Amino acid sequence: MLVSYNWLKDYVDLNGVSPEALADKITKAGIEVEHVHAMSEGVKNIAVGHVVSCEQHPNADKLNLCQVDLGDETVQIVCGAPNVAKGQKVPVAKVGARLPGNIKIKRSKLRGETSNGMICSLSELGVDAKLVPKEFADGIYVFEEDAVVGENALSYLNLDDHVLELDILPNSAHCLNMIGVAYEVAAILNKDVDLPRVLVNETPMPAESKIRVNIEAKDAVPYYGARVIENINVKPSPQWLQNRLIAAGIRPISNIVDITNYVMLEYGQPLHAFDYERFGSDRVLVRHANDGEMITTLDDEERTLTTSDVVITNGIDPVAVAGVMGGVNSEVSSETRTVLLESAIFDALTVRKTASRLQMRTDASSRYEKKGIDRNRVAEAADRAAELIQTIAGGDVLSGIVEDGVRTVSPQVIKMPWQKVNDVLGTDLAPDTILSILSRLNFQAELNGDTLHASIPIRRPDVTIPEDLVEEVGRIYGYDHVPATLPEGPSTQGTLTAYQRKRRRVHRYFEGQGLQQAITYSLTTGKKASELRINNQGASGSVQLAMPMSEERSTLRMSIVPQLIEVVQYHLNRQMGDVKLYEIGKIFIANEEKNDLPIEREHVAGIFTGSREERIWEGQPLLVDYYTVKGVLEGLFNQLDVLSSISFKPAKRDGLHPGRTADIYLNNKVIGYLGQLHPNVQKANDLQDTFVFECDLQSVLNVDMGAITYKALPRYPSITRDIALVVKEDVKAGELYDVIRTAGGSLLNDIQLFDVYQGEHLEEGQKSLAFSLKYLDPERTLTDKEINQTHEDILNACQDKLGAVLRG
Amino acid sequence: MQEKLQALKNEAKDLIQGARDLKTLQDLRVKYLGKKGPITEVLRGMGKLSKEERPVIGQLANDVRASIQEAIDGKQGILENEAIEARLASETIDVTLPGRISSPGNHHPLTAVIEEIEDFFIGLGFSIAEGPEVEKDYYNFEALNLPKDHPARDMQDSFYITEELLLRTHTSPVQARTMEKHKGKGPVKVICPGKVYRRDTDDATHSHQFMQIEGLYVDKNVRLSDLKGILTAFAKKMFGEERQIRLRPSFFPFTEPSVEMDISCFHCNGEGCSVCKRTGWIEILGSGMVHPNVLEMSGFDSKEYTGFAFGMGPERIAMLKYGIDDIRHFYTNDTRFLKQFKRA
Ligand SMILES: [Zn+2]
Repeated sequence: MLVSYNWLKDYVDLNGVSPEALADKITKAGIEVEHVHAMSEGVKNIAVGHVVSCEQHPNADKLNLCQVDLGDETVQIVCGAPNVAKGQKVPVAKVGARLPGNIKIKRSKLRGETSNGMICSLSELGVDAKLVPKEFADGIYVFEEDAVVGENALSYLNLDDHVLELDILPNSAHCLNMIGVAYEVAAILNKDVDLPRVLVNETPMPAESKIRVNIEAKDAVPYYGARVIENINVKPSPQWLQNRLIAAGIRPISNIVDITNYVMLEYGQPLHAFDYERFGSDRVLVRHANDGEMITTLDDEERTLTTSDVVITNGIDPVAVAGVMGGVNSEVSSETRTVLLESAIFDALTVRKTASRLQMRTDASSRYEKKGIDRNRVAEAADRAAELIQTIAGGDVLSGIVEDGVRTVSPQVIKMPWQKVNDVLGTDLAPDTILSILSRLNFQAELNGDTLHASIPIRRPDVTIPEDLVEEVGRIYGYDHVPATLPEGPSTQGTLTAYQRKRRRVHRYFEGQGLQQAITYSLTTGKKASELRINNQGASGSVQLAMPMSEERSTLRMSIVPQLIEVVQYHLNRQMGDVKLYEIGKIFIANEEKNDLPIEREHVAGIFTGSREERIWEGQPLLVDYYTVKGVLEGLFNQLDVLSSISFKPAKRDGLHPGRTADIYLNNKVIGYLGQLHPNVQKANDLQDTFVFECDLQSVLNVDMGAITYKALPRYPSITRDIALVVKEDVKAGELYDVIRTAGGSLLNDIQLFDVYQGEHLEEGQKSLAFSLKYLDPERTLTDKEINQTHEDILNACQDKLGAVLRG
Repeated sequence: MQEKLQALKNEAKDLIQGARDLKTLQDLRVKYLGKKGPITEVLRGMGKLSKEERPVIGQLANDVRASIQEAIDGKQGILENEAIEARLASETIDVTLPGRISSPGNHHPLTAVIEEIEDFFIGLGFSIAEGPEVEKDYYNFEALNLPKDHPARDMQDSFYITEELLLRTHTSPVQARTMEKHKGKGPVKVICPGKVYRRDTDDATHSHQFMQIEGLYVDKNVRLSDLKGILTAFAKKMFGEERQIRLRPSFFPFTEPSVEMDISCFHCNGEGCSVCKRTGWIEILGSGMVHPNVLEMSGFDSKEYTGFAFGMGPERIAMLKYGIDDIRHFYTNDTRFLKQFKRA
């Protein structure tokens, strides 16, 4: 809402309150003033001039030589505007004047003739070209005849005004009109509101003789009123009216249209003027549209309607879409002699649905939708427009408003204990203070014992419950004056859950391992969403947006690794070849029942490429490999103390290297994977060797490890024996670990693999693995015999199960 | 004899002094003090001396021997030190070459901001609550006093999945779910951080995905002044002790009254600069007293309970705090960007 400071002065005394100060006070009281725009910004020294003579320039066809009387002197000005003429009163930028865009007017010579200034168009004076009336769109502006030569032209154009741009939220729709703003400002400044006194001189002939009004769609139209005004003269509006519309951001069209817009700005009440002769009947019927019914609206668009829309009809055909826009068939033109003036109340929701479906949000529809209408002034607004039409367009107003429905409704009364104000705000306001604030807002309030009764003006439909009333008191009183206190309730223990605490440790662990935390988007392409999932079996599908903004962001991810691959590509494109990242975030799997929430799991994923450590000066850097990633993961599981329940098994997965991929098991369940990206994938994405992992973090963190229980330190020495075994090369170390662990039983305390060898001295297709086995009984010293026996058992088991032989 | 011993001593001392290495010194030790050395020889020849001379010469020979011994030991100490120094000198390295670094990674700046906020409120007795990112329309809107046709739904254009499901547009549904779990019994004190999604085209100031962190305090006798007290302490913790706060009336469907909180600009201390758009104030969060409809819908008696709620954007806080000019940096994950926040 654009509020003209000068216009507002009609209703509230703003003496001593500058536009900037006013904006600040309005903002502090709850309606944000986004800008204060000085209309004359950058404009200086513009006078009203009288074109005494106007002749063609001797050396240029399209230029005129004008002698212009500026009051104190008459000067020659060269003017190229097609509409300049002798006798006009025009805005003149004198020598030394300033125009927007930092233009300075100097004495100059044009084709040999001196020019002492410039006759201006409205856009040259800083008025938005979209708001310039059509008749002046391509030329200079021309004042009305009574403009006084030599006076400041800016005040004639109301360009000495300031415009406050109000950000209207759903609870401040009452400021979608000047009277509402006046009430608001008066309450803030603690002043009175001076409203327009409307006086219509009606002719004896009753409007009912010309028109009948029926509301059929009672559910959506509580009131419809019509006035008839005859013998009007459609022409451009007077200067003052044009100025005010321009300040409010509305382009002047013609007096009748301008007046309906003006009253809408003043009262918030949208009005519509029909050409009575073209209306097509003497009957207004307001009804729901028929399915498929058509109307061509004022913007020349053909609209197809449905039964949820409401239309104004002449009894047969629609002539307007209720609350949104009129139709071309009954549009007011320069030929119009009689107008039918509508002032009606339409249901907010109905208008909202229609406007949104037809994608035609208008000044009118937004006021209906947001309830920015003073419901009980619906008839007064019609009177105000009739009065202005009479004055400006010279019409005869037929007597009476022809109407159907309920013209006024009674105000709501809110009752609450007056102490509620202090209970909610934490203030200590006396009842008198509360009552006086409410009276500043023009709310009628009184105290009945401890109960506050407040009658809420109809123009404030946003105030419906006691809390709203508390807010009204609070914002006018000022939140600056509310004390800062600490809650008096019982104290509570703030803490992280076990899960949250562990997750923070996971963050710190990965960072300690040199990984940088990434946060990527959850929305991705349909293809990427399902790549590299942990559980790639099963039919469960992805979650897709109903109306994505682009295919790039159309589907919720089911894995994080594809997003991290994009981040690595970004780095490689910028010559950064060493990247180690991790991310913790949700993945989403659709539920079979489409209106049930999808399954959301928190995953951790990582990606490694390039050198293992920061590059240093000692020879070739070590590159990350499968074992780098596995070591990082084993370290994590170890820190979380779940390592003994975790195992890694060879796996084949789409997108990963078939020989360098393992599934991660928690007990018997796959909870993740790690591996190298498939060389084809690496090549397709211009990647170097890249290693990734993804793991269902919830599964890992939800393992209940119980409390930590101290175990006594061993009092007896442990004994270490080495064993080197030769096996076929396809036997996995993990298998040997399993067999050794089982065969070693309780005496075997620890297994360390310290050498893996393949090559000379071994047969083709064989490899040797050397383990260091630690034997320990915490209760006693082990004998050589016992150890020998166990060691023997282990060797035998490895021979039996995996064909291992002791390396000679 | 006496002269001979004296000469022997002088000769030995000169040689010891001139010795350049431990080997030479060892040879001198053998030569002068060994079993076949001149002093032993003198002592052995004592029998030939007179009774009077014997003790005198004997004493002198012993003195000479002791003196040579001392000179050798002294020289040995010096030579040994020199040897060590020479070896250490040969072991010298360039101590200014870069060390072998295993540089740690660090939190994403948004995680850093969120954890800092969480920790502040944990200190005040709040817990951290989380919830689904795909939400039911009911929890995202209806339970928050935003019925299906509420005009305020336009304020946050959303990504719908079905008519009933959407990507949450704020973390407020977690508040509604938390209140529901409390079954009408206070106090409820939670902080809800997380990702949220809105239908925005990504540019320097908009992101279709971003973080939000919200707080909720419901109990008997919770007042707007308590909100002011707690948020003042919070602003000082996040942005410095000198910060002032100001509450401005505003509108949110789920709070009544609603307020917007500004802090005095930490860049210019309220003088007016480009960060605060010359106003001296920076908008930091939205808040208010929980709307009675929201309390009632989540099972709380609004006659008995009141509460306050607030919400803010970690991106905005990080951008203000660190002077970041483009919200997309948070989701590009350029490590040159991320590493700048290792101290955060
Ligand atoms: Zn500043």
